[in-house]
Amino acid sequence: MKIHLTSVFVDDQAKAERFYTEILGFVKKYDVPMGEKDRWLTVVSPEEPDGTELLLEPAGHPAVGVYRDALVQDGIPLAQFAVDDVKAEYERLRALGVRFTQEPLEMGPVTTAVFDDTCGNLIQIATKPQ
Amino acid sequence: MADDLFKALADPTRRTILDELAEKSGQTLFEICARLSMKHRLDISRQGVSQHLAVLEAAGLVETRREGRYKFHDLNAAPLRQITERWPTPDTPGPEEPTP
Repeated sequence: MKIHLTSVFVDDQAKAERFYTEILGFVKKYDVPMGEKDRWLTVVSPEEPDGTELLLEPAGHPAVGVYRDALVQDGIPLAQFAVDDVKAEYERLRALGVRFTQEPLEMGPVTTAVFDDTCGNLIQIATKPQ
Repeated sequence: MADDLFKALADPTRRTILDELAEKSGQTLFEICARLSMKHRLDISRQGVSQHLAVLEAAGLVETRREGRYKFHDLNAAPLRQITERWPTPDTPGPEEPTP
């Protein structure tokens, strides 16, 4: 068994597509209309085009708001992405106007930081433990 | 009020939380939990950390602020003055020795 797809709920798919591709640098993999306004919209890392897809899923279900608000208030990220250098990525994203709720924090072998994806979620970036 | 202060300071985990907030102000609950578990190897649940923060907040040592959808915690060391006002210390501080 493999993890080939995971998802985050996003307030607005068009805005999410821009943030996840133009700001974070992922590339779009699938974009299929689903119903009147929703899309099956996935992105992948350009470093792993056949790797795990991230589904940018519409946040229309009424439970999503309550669930995400509670997590965001406590600073809890919904997904984690691996980067080579958390501090460099933090500087790059901050220069693009991305809001961090946790600045790079070194904890033993791992460095992490947490930012707001502007679509309702907090995302953690981390260095892979060597 | 003084009782709240001394009760808050009596617990080593709460003192560690104050150490971490002294190092970096404006932390989310998530960051405080991460620091306690990863840096200090403390086996404590998020609910446990929340309860410690509530005790520190009641003593006035931690303040919370809402910024949009986020909630941050800051250290407020001002209540500690009560201690030196009650038992004055010499003007020149002695060598600092870390205490557990």
